[in-house]
Amino acid sequence: MANGISSVEEQDLKGVAREPLVLNNRDYKWITNRICGIIEGGQPLLWWAIVIPCSLLVGVLLFTLVYLVSTGVGIWGNNQPVAWGWAITNFVFWIGIGHAGTLISAVLFLTRQKWRTSVNRAAEAMTLFAVVCAGIYPGFHVGRFWMVWFLAPVPNSNAIWQNFKSPLLWDVFAVSTYFTVSVIFWYIGLVPDLATIRDRCKGGLKKALYGIFALGWRGGNRQWRHYEMAYLLLAALSTPLVLSVHSVVSFDFATSVVPGWHTTIFPPYFVAGAIFGGFAMVLTLMIPCRTIYGLQDLLTPKHIDNMAKIIVLTGSIVGYAYLMELFIAFYGGNKYESAAFHLRALSGPYAWAYYTMMFCNVVAPQLFWIPWCRKNLLVVMAVCMCVNAGMWYERFVIIVTTLARDFLPGQWGYYEPTWVEIAMFVGTHGLFLFLFFMFVRFLPMIAISEVKGILPKSQVH
Amino acid sequence: MSDSEKLTRAWGYVAEFESPKAVFEAAKQCREEGFKRWDVHSPFPIHGMDAAMGLGPSYLSKFVFCGGLFGTLTALGLQFGTQVGLYPTIVQNKPANLWTLPAFFPVTFELTILFSAFTILFGLLVIIKLPRLHHPLFGSKSFIKFSDDGFIIAIEARDPKFSREKTKEFLLSVGATEVELVEEEL
Repeated sequence: MANGISSVEEQDLKGVAREPLVLNNRDYKWITNRICGIIEGGQPLLWWAIVIPCSLLVGVLLFTLVYLVSTGVGIWGNNQPVAWGWAITNFVFWIGIGHAGTLISAVLFLTRQKWRTSVNRAAEAMTLFAVVCAGIYPGFHVGRFWMVWFLAPVPNSNAIWQNFKSPLLWDVFAVSTYFTVSVIFWYIGLVPDLATIRDRCKGGLKKALYGIFALGWRGGNRQWRHYEMAYLLLAALSTPLVLSVHSVVSFDFATSVVPGWHTTIFPPYFVAGAIFGGFAMVLTLMIPCRTIYGLQDLLTPKHIDNMAKIIVLTGSIVGYAYLMELFIAFYGGNKYESAAFHLRALSGPYAWAYYTMMFCNVVAPQLFWIPWCRKNLLVVMAVCMCVNAGMWYERFVIIVTTLARDFLPGQWGYYEPTWVEIAMFVGTHGLFLFLFFMFVRFLPMIAISEVKGILPKSQVH
Repeated sequence: MSDSEKLTRAWGYVAEFESPKAVFEAAKQCREEGFKRWDVHSPFPIHGMDAAMGLGPSYLSKFVFCGGLFGTLTALGLQFGTQVGLYPTIVQNKPANLWTLPAFFPVTFELTILFSAFTILFGLLVIIKLPRLHHPLFGSKSFIKFSDDGFIIAIEARDPKFSREKTKEFLLSVGATEVELVEEEL
C-alpha cells in the first residue's frame, strides 16, 4: 500500500518508528526452536530448585486441608467479630492476581497492542493457577466442605433454592464463569502451538498426547479465518468479564452495611487493584523465566517497560481510591464511616498494616515514572515484590480492620491467624508456583504462532 | 499386507513457498485460476488472506449471538423460576416479582458470557471440522513445515480443475519452491 502514502507522511512514519518487539531480527525457525526447546530439552537446575520445594509445600497445603476438614474451621483464627480472616483475604488476593492474564489477552488484543503476544500465554496460565488457589479458600471457608455443592443451583431435598439476590452467589457465578472462559481462551490460543510441538515430536506417547490436544490442527486459512473470529469474540466477551469479576467480588463488601465497606468506589477500585497486582505478579514470574530460559529477544526491555507503565498507572488509580475513601469518610458526615477510617488509618490496632499497604501500593510504584527504574530489572523486581505484598495487605486492611471494629465497642476484637492459616497460605504459594513451572515444563510459555505473526516480514502488505 | 501392496490414490498437491508474501501472491492466482478445493497453510494467520482467497467473513459470530441469547434466557428463567416461582426468599428488602430484575443482572451477565464462550469453542470446532486426528496431509514432509516456517498451498485432487501435470506446472509457475504429490490410503 506504499503508493497511497505521500512523501511527507512517509517521513512522519519514520519519526514514529517503533522499537522491534522481537530483537536481533530472529526468524521463524529460531522462534520455534527456542520456545519448543524449553519443553524438549532437560530443565535447568533452577527449575528443580523451585519445583521440589514447591511440591513439598503442596503437601503442606493438602495436610492442612485434611486437618481442617477433619477437625473443623475452629482451627482457623477467625471468629466473631472477624469472621472473614485470612481465608477471604487470600481469596481476594489470588483472584486479583488472576486478572492480569485475561486482561493482557483480551483488552490488549482488542486495543491491538502487539507486545502482548510475548506475555499473554504465561499470563493466562498464571491466571488459571491463581484462580485455582483462590477457589480453595471460599470452598473450605463454608465450613462443611462436603456441602459446597449447595452453592450450585441444583434441586436439593430441602427444596430450597439459592438466593440469587445475594452478592455471595453472584460471586460463585462470576468466579466460575471467569475460570471456565479463561480456560477456553487459553486452550484455543494453545491449539496452533500444540500442533507445532506435535509436528516436532518423533513419535510415541508424547506425540500422541500433544496430537490429541492439538485436535489435528492443520493451519489452513479456511481454519484460521474462523479461528481468528473465535479469538476476537472471546476477547470481546472476556473484556467485560474481567472487569465484572472483581466488581462482583467487591459487591460482597460494598452491598453490606458495614462502615468501611459500604462505598460505591469499591468496584472500580477493586478492578484497578486487581490489574495492578496481576501485572506485578506477571513481571515477578516472567523476569526470572526470561533469564533462565534465554528469552531476552522475545521478552524485551520494551515489554517490561510497558508493563511497568501499566503498574504505575493502576497503582496511581489505587492510590487515588485510597485517598478518595478517606475524603468521603470525612466529607460524607457519617460518623460510623469516619470512625471506621479513623481506626483504620490512625488509632486502630491494625494501622501498621494500613501504612504498609500505602507504602507498597502507592509510594513504591511511583519509581516507575523514572525511565531508568523501568529499565533496571532489580528495581522492577523490587517494586513488583512490594506490590505483591501491598495488594495482600490491601485486602487484609479492608477485611480485618473493618470487621475488628464494628458498630458496638462491646463487639470489638482482635484477629490473629493460627499456624494452620499461615501454612495454608504458604501452601497455596507452593501450589501456584508448582503449577506454573509444570506449565513451563510441558506447554509453550510464549505464544509461538502469535509472535511469528507480529514479525515485520509476516506483513504481506 | 506390506507397504508396497497398500492401495493409494492421489490426494492432491502440496506446494511450498518461501515467504508469506510469496504465498499471498500465489493464493491470488490460485483463486483467479478457478480452483475450489484448496487451502493456504501457514504458521500464523496471514493478514488479508481471506480476501486473497475469496473467502467472506466468518459466520461464527451468528452462532455465538444465539448461544449468548440462550444464556441470557437460561439465567433469567433460572432466577425468576426459582426466586419468584418455586421458592421466594424474602430477604434484603428486595421484592420477589418482576421488579427483582436488577438483582439478577450479575448472574444473567455471567451466564450470557459463559454460554457464548462455550458456543465459540464448540461452534469453532464444528465449523473447522476438528478434532480430526488423522489427515492425508500429515503424511507429507513439506506440509509438516506449516507449523514451523513453511508456507504451503494444498490443492486437492477432488478439485474439478485438478490435473496431475497442469496443476503441478501451475504451482511451479506461481513461485512454489517445491511441489509434492500427496497420496492417501484407500
